[in-house]
Amino acid sequence: MKTMLFTLWRYRYFILGAIKNELLTRFARNRLGAIWMIIHPLAQVAIYTLVLSAVLSAKLPGINNQYAYAIYLMAGILSWSLFNEVLNRCLNVFLEHGNLLKKIAFPHLTLPLIVTGHALLNHALLFLATLAVLVILLHPPTLSLLWIPLMVLLNLGLALGLGLSFGILNVFIRDIGQIVPVILQFWFWLTPIVYTTSMLPESYRALFLLNPLSAIVMGYQDILVYGHRPELTQLIYPACLAALTLALALFLYRRASQEMVDIL
Amino acid sequence: MKDHVPVLEIINLGKAYRDFGHEWRRILSWFGFPFKPRAEYWALENINLNLAPGEAVGIVGQNGAGKSTLLKLITGTLKPTTGKVIVRGRMAAILELGLGFHPELTGRQNAYHIAGLMGCSRQQTDAIIDAIEDFAEIGAYFDQPVRTYSSGMQMRVAFSVVSSIRPDILIIDEALAVGDAYFQHKCFRRIRTFKEQGTALLFVSHDPGAVRTLCERAIILERGRLLRSGSPDTILDYYNALIACKEEETIRQQAGLTRSGSGEARIISASLHGQDGPRNIFISGEPACINVVLDLHNSLDDLTLGILIRDRLGNEVFGTNSFNLGIPLHSLTGKPAPQTLRFTIPKLNLGPGSYSLTVALHAGFAHTIKNYDWWDGALTFEVVCPTERPFIGVAALDVQLQIS
Repeated sequence: MKTMLFTLWRYRYFILGAIKNELLTRFARNRLGAIWMIIHPLAQVAIYTLVLSAVLSAKLPGINNQYAYAIYLMAGILSWSLFNEVLNRCLNVFLEHGNLLKKIAFPHLTLPLIVTGHALLNHALLFLATLAVLVILLHPPTLSLLWIPLMVLLNLGLALGLGLSFGILNVFIRDIGQIVPVILQFWFWLTPIVYTTSMLPESYRALFLLNPLSAIVMGYQDILVYGHRPELTQLIYPACLAALTLALALFLYRRASQEMVDIL
Repeated sequence: MKDHVPVLEIINLGKAYRDFGHEWRRILSWFGFPFKPRAEYWALENINLNLAPGEAVGIVGQNGAGKSTLLKLITGTLKPTTGKVIVRGRMAAILELGLGFHPELTGRQNAYHIAGLMGCSRQQTDAIIDAIEDFAEIGAYFDQPVRTYSSGMQMRVAFSVVSSIRPDILIIDEALAVGDAYFQHKCFRRIRTFKEQGTALLFVSHDPGAVRTLCERAIILERGRLLRSGSPDTILDYYNALIACKEEETIRQQAGLTRSGSGEARIISASLHGQDGPRNIFISGEPACINVVLDLHNSLDDLTLGILIRDRLGNEVFGTNSFNLGIPLHSLTGKPAPQTLRFTIPKLNLGPGSYSLTVALHAGFAHTIKNYDWWDGALTFEVVCPTERPFIGVAALDVQLQIS
């Protein structure tokens, strides 16, 4: 474990450089560059707002703003986009770099870290864009923003733990790469992103908290929509799951790294 | 130099690929479930090799002999199943040129990226980047995206980066085969300089010249085992003999593989004869004849018997048939007893090599009309050069030289 961290530290320049390169290659040939990273999620927000706000009659309980629903959506999609990107990219990261892994000896864990770094950068940009929109919509954020790093950490931990575990298994069983995106689609709708838990029947609410992402998304919403600190007791469960999946990922990595290159 | 501590020690190295039948079993076995691999395929077994500083060893072997596996085990991308690899010092490997290059990034950015991949820090790369640029000699292209490069230019940058710092062990896998002659020479010069300074070299190549000039020792891998080790000359000779054996084997394997046709007329056997009886080795220019025994008990209006000689790669060398020779055969059909026909070749004017014979029965001038029996690789034979008048190539032309 210690040597693993040490080697990763030794490769820190490579990781940072590779994140930069990924940005550079992504924007090498399109003019809007970084803007595209935030246009996609914002477009998603706009679509859901247009389609659903009429149906869901715009007003959210406990918030006085005509754009309440758009704000609520933005918070949810902000958190979902990080989770989704990290999980999806980690899922395929080893397969994508199969040839590299086979022919150059370097610490394999740099690859998911590069992906994560890139996703975090995207997340930061989208976060800033969200803040800007909130200000424009006359719903300026409060000091509760200081809780955001904790939410990002939990979100990232869970996404990385699951993503890495599935990413490693995907090398051996390629069906996993096909199943996980499908699961993610269901997952999106099973998470209170486009609706609120208060819209659900009482009996189902507890069930929704079984989804570790619910508490994380609700944390983002608490901070950005309602302007208060997240329900910390609710976060214990996702935090434990994040730690558990990360531990599983590390265990799998240690076992699999021997055989991963054999299969690639 | 031989008395130095070896920079590379390979002890009893083996690599097995395991098949668990289903991958779930493999994954469950990590968690301690008692699943045993269903089959093990040993790509390498029992390899022992030492490399002293400044020593160059060439590795030859056919495709699938385990060369790449060995290099991957040495560089550490693969983990050995048995034995170990001890590396003393810095190792640099060129297993594939242009690997890890981003086409959209410039040569300079890629150089930083690859150097980072090899474990160089930013500052270290800063210190060598000018040397890399100078050595690559691609001018302003160094700051252009790699997608605009020719493969030769990519190779220049790739080699420059990998060889920018003198390693203690340099591993090269046929990478130098591409690129222009000028740069190849430059690469070899650099490799020689490294060698003189104490770099050990492990070199995989199909180019016998490169192995001979660069290496003082060579090893031959065959089916995952180290078959022989010795001077490059003896090893390369041994290797060539091995390949020749293989070629014959593959021709024999191909023989009899393709047999098709309606079966209305059938070829019972085909044999090759010299002056003194059946044989399958001929000296180029000797007389030969092909005897074909046919089963023609069905009456057929139209029958053609054809022969086709192919070289070891399956290229058609010569073919003819009874139609082209102007001999109608339909009168032979409808008789129960086997019929023997003979093609005589006064001079078998083929070049040295292995050949296979296809015999076919069909209607008309080609088999596309009606194919009765088509037998690819009915037999194989060797042609050797006459010792008194050797020549090369696939045909023996009767060439005279006059001085006027």
